[in-house]
Amino acid sequence: MSDRLRVFKTYKLYVGGKFPRSESGRVYEVTDAKGKWLANAPLSSRKDARDAVVAARKAFGGWSGATAYNRGQILYRIAEMLEGRREQFVSEVADAEGLSKSKAAAQVDAAIDRWVWYAGWSDKIAQVAGGANPVAGPYFNLSTPEPTGVVAVLAPQESSFLGLVSVIAPAIVTGNTVVVVASERAPLPALSLGEVLATSDLPGGVVNVLSGRTAEIAGPLAAHQDVNAIDLAGVSGDAEEATALETAAADNLKRTLRPQAVDWSADPGTGRMLAFLETKTVWHPMGV
Amino acid sequence: MATDKQIFEYAPAPESRAVVDIAPSYGLFIDGEFAEAADGKVFKTVSPANEEVLSEVAQAGAADVERAVKAARKAFEKWSALPGAERAKYLFRIARIIQERSRELAVLESLDNGKPIKESRDADLPLVAAHFFYYAGWADKLGHAGLGPDPRPLGVAGQVIPWNFPLLMLAWKIAPALACGNTVVLKPAETTPLSALFFADICRQAGLPKGVVNILTGDGSTGAELVAHPDVNKVAFTGSTEVGKAIARTVAGTDKKLTLELGGKAANIVFDDAPIDQAVEGIVNGIFFNQGHVCCAGSRLLVQESVQDEVLDALKRRMATLRVGDPLDKNTDIGAINSAEQLARIKELAAAGEAEGAERWAPACELPGEGYWFAPTLFTGVTQAHRIAREEIFGPVLSVLTFRTPEEAVAKANNTPYGLSAGIWTEKGSRSLWMAGKLRAGVVWSNTFNKFDPASPFGGYKESGFGREGGRHGLEAYLNV
Repeated sequence: MSDRLRVFKTYKLYVGGKFPRSESGRVYEVTDAKGKWLANAPLSSRKDARDAVVAARKAFGGWSGATAYNRGQILYRIAEMLEGRREQFVSEVADAEGLSKSKAAAQVDAAIDRWVWYAGWSDKIAQVAGGANPVAGPYFNLSTPEPTGVVAVLAPQESSFLGLVSVIAPAIVTGNTVVVVASERAPLPALSLGEVLATSDLPGGVVNVLSGRTAEIAGPLAAHQDVNAIDLAGVSGDAEEATALETAAADNLKRTLRPQAVDWSADPGTGRMLAFLETKTVWHPMGV
Repeated sequence: MATDKQIFEYAPAPESRAVVDIAPSYGLFIDGEFAEAADGKVFKTVSPANEEVLSEVAQAGAADVERAVKAARKAFEKWSALPGAERAKYLFRIARIIQERSRELAVLESLDNGKPIKESRDADLPLVAAHFFYYAGWADKLGHAGLGPDPRPLGVAGQVIPWNFPLLMLAWKIAPALACGNTVVLKPAETTPLSALFFADICRQAGLPKGVVNILTGDGSTGAELVAHPDVNKVAFTGSTEVGKAIARTVAGTDKKLTLELGGKAANIVFDDAPIDQAVEGIVNGIFFNQGHVCCAGSRLLVQESVQDEVLDALKRRMATLRVGDPLDKNTDIGAINSAEQLARIKELAAAGEAEGAERWAPACELPGEGYWFAPTLFTGVTQAHRIAREEIFGPVLSVLTFRTPEEAVAKANNTPYGLSAGIWTEKGSRSLWMAGKLRAGVVWSNTFNKFDPASPFGGYKESGFGREGGRHGLEAYLNV
């Protein structure tokens, strides 16, 4: 063992392609599963959440307007970049979730493969979820899925990395932009993911990562009038809390994905993509 | 004319050949290794731009086909049993390596095929990589393709491809086959074997298991051996309708699944309300892209009588600016005709056009002294009975016919045994969609032409073949559903 003193990393938020500290100046202590100090993570405020929504909205036009092929290549690039930093994430996930190195590695490998799985969906979801409609008249009629807009995501509390990736990727692959609230107890893999996203050709603002008290940030996001949808996967607290957030989300009819028991290592299917898509149907007459 | 003086002269701007290293000879790629043909036969591949010998490649015979099919069969067991996500990752690797090596492959393709570097660099290679990228993503999503709950691979695919888009046709064949869990034996065209052999090296770099992809170079006899081999489960062919029919006869009575992408004689239909400048660009692109060596080329221009003069004047002006010459020059629009044999066929049909009474026109155009060249040419006064209106020329020759009503345009457009593609130029959307509904063609372009995308199915009606390549539909050709 070397005597060299290790350089600690300052964990920061990832908002609009930049790495700010919380505007509140607050941090909270993050420990490993055994209670050993790991880092001081930013304790995001409501203002941080609002800033993140602004960044996500700003990025939406460009990201949703990019070709599906382009988005697919960028998601694949994220997988490539993660593969290169695999060891770092294995170590962070092991610390965060109290897993052995091999179990943590399985989580990280599955997360990398999940990016690849969703990368492949970018130019296929419209072929599976859309199509020509044989209406009874001389009309060309075609339905295509389109992204709903800015999606607020409460990342799963227990699965700090595989769960996180499993909720971000399906939202952004179709062209949505995301504000994600990291696992409250284990936010470090999420904050490190921001560093990977920043170097994967993903435009700034497409994914914005906040850490802090989920209960403190979730309310403002659920009530935010410029958020189009919310994924309550990682809602903290009980069913009442989820109901309160869903009620707040109803104010501008956010598409709401309720919390449910999910095996993050299982085949994810298409549900999380479809939850954040609109269907647009175009009619056009046919005739000389 | 004053307009002629506005055409700039260009200094030569050749793409460097140094980026590609062609070996003096290549063997067959079987079971992950290069090997000579069993009987030692070889043939030369030349650059059609100057007849320079580029390399010597093996001529595969029956014994080599046997060995390649055996290798593919052996590899099939493990390859088809791999989780789809793992097959996907191999294909993603291949897509990325093609992107990395795309300049090298573009130069190689232009050397061996004669197509302008502008096209190999900006059309062929990006589409090749995109095709692998697209089908990579399907490998672990086959259950979502709407082709039944448990789609299964077919086994060993025997694939025979043409010389007009050598690497792109390889991608159209190999990417979906592998994604669906099949293994392949592919025969590139006799005159353009090199990019397929370079692809073998890409398979090596990607760590693809041995035997999953086998490449057999050779002539038509090699292709015939391959499609007739009893242990081949799937035959995919792109090429002439004549050979396609022969293959259909060969596989008759077997369990082999067959898809054919054959010839065409596409109508490019211009209405009087069309944006003329755009239409002219589309006509030029439709017939002169890739020297007209395109099965879906818009080789019959159907122009509404009232705008005939306007369209033809603009078209001739545009044709006079086309630059014919060195395929490696970045300013070249039209490269070399792929082979002496093809050049002879084009010349024969053009002569028939004149003999049958059509009026021939070509811009003044200096052709290089060596190699195979044909100036962009159009025929007016063509009738439906003329050979140049009925037969696929597969060269830079446009036959112009006229029509008065949309119904007449449809009747003329459909008056062909082919049915691969069609183009419609009109500002009126409802008419465009009405026409699209009436045309017996697998791909219809409206106010555009020769657009390709891996997500979009491609393939013909009638004697242009059957089955589709590309898109979700392209999976069906390689699955037992």
